[in-house]
Amino acid sequence: MGQITEYKDQDGDIFRVIVQGEPPAGAAAPATRTIDLTIPLLEKNDRRAERNRTFFRERGLLALNLVSSPGTGKTALLERTLDDLGREVKCAVLVGDLETDRDAQRLHRPHVSVAQITTGSACHLDAEMVARGLEALELDQVRLLFIENVGNLVCPASFDLGEALRVVLLSTTEGEDKPLKYPPIFKSAQVVLLTKIDLEDRLSFDRAAALENIRRIAPQARVLALSSRSGEGMAEWYQLLRGELLAR
Amino acid sequence: MHEVGIMSSAMTAVLAEARRRGAQRVHRIVLRVGTLSGAEPDALRFAFEIVAQGTLAAGAELEIDPVPARARCAACATEFDAGAGLICECPTCRRLSGDLSQGRELELARLEMS
Repeated sequence: MGQITEYKDQDGDIFRVIVQGEPPAGAAAPATRTIDLTIPLLEKNDRRAERNRTFFRERGLLALNLVSSPGTGKTALLERTLDDLGREVKCAVLVGDLETDRDAQRLHRPHVSVAQITTGSACHLDAEMVARGLEALELDQVRLLFIENVGNLVCPASFDLGEALRVVLLSTTEGEDKPLKYPPIFKSAQVVLLTKIDLEDRLSFDRAAALENIRRIAPQARVLALSSRSGEGMAEWYQLLRGELLAR
Repeated sequence: MHEVGIMSSAMTAVLAEARRRGAQRVHRIVLRVGTLSGAEPDALRFAFEIVAQGTLAAGAELEIDPVPARARCAACATEFDAGAGLICECPTCRRLSGDLSQGRELELARLEMS
């Protein structure tokens, strides 16, 4: 194990560095020096995420990070979930998009606190944006926090938000092989939802093949098939959420 | 597209390290990047050109050391490399594993400076 040093970056945050192979003190420094290091590049985000996680745990909040391509039905799933479950379990939503508060407007309900995070050009939410977004939410009595990530199947994979569960959505309109094409995000999922199954027949979607692809890439994930429009499979989704709440 | 942000934090660490050691120039930077890290080597290289401009690390060589995905089998505890398509099937008992032991790395690993 090498020597451990702490640094401050421009924002005053401290990060740790493990240095190996440093030239011995007193020895003449060679013209070119090579040093081995281990500096995690996302450590700052990971530390904020850990802080968020502690905050959620202390408040007894179940935080879910919903990730998918654009147009998979994240907002539709939340609309239905807030209508069906939102009175039984107090919910709050943080919703991320590049621009507009259209999703926040769609999700607006008298019994639900909703805040929009507009990321500008950023293609994902990070732990800091979530921490700031939380300040805009009314969290009294809230047990379930949905964080709707920016529609993107690549970048959000790298950013822990402090969530308890990462929920990755795959819709029937995207085709059966999506998990094979985007392994990192599916491998990081605790839950995978196959959405828009009401369109299955019209699209000649092969559900068994899709489920097999999900299982091969993400054997760790619990998988549900549902339709926010027809309501099929929604009861199982609520059951999963209730079970997670009980376990906390 | 998040590679610019990742390279910026890499550059913060590189410059802090170089200054602390009184270096005048950084010649080579080695990153360890896991195949499941979600960061694209080409995009990292592109971002590096931008964020290194006007710094001690301008013109430095960026080396990206790929880290293959590895998983552990829950049944027989074998550790194995992910197969084609990043599917983690245990070579001994054929069970699929979601328990990754490496492949998500995103680290600054080495610096050459003078």
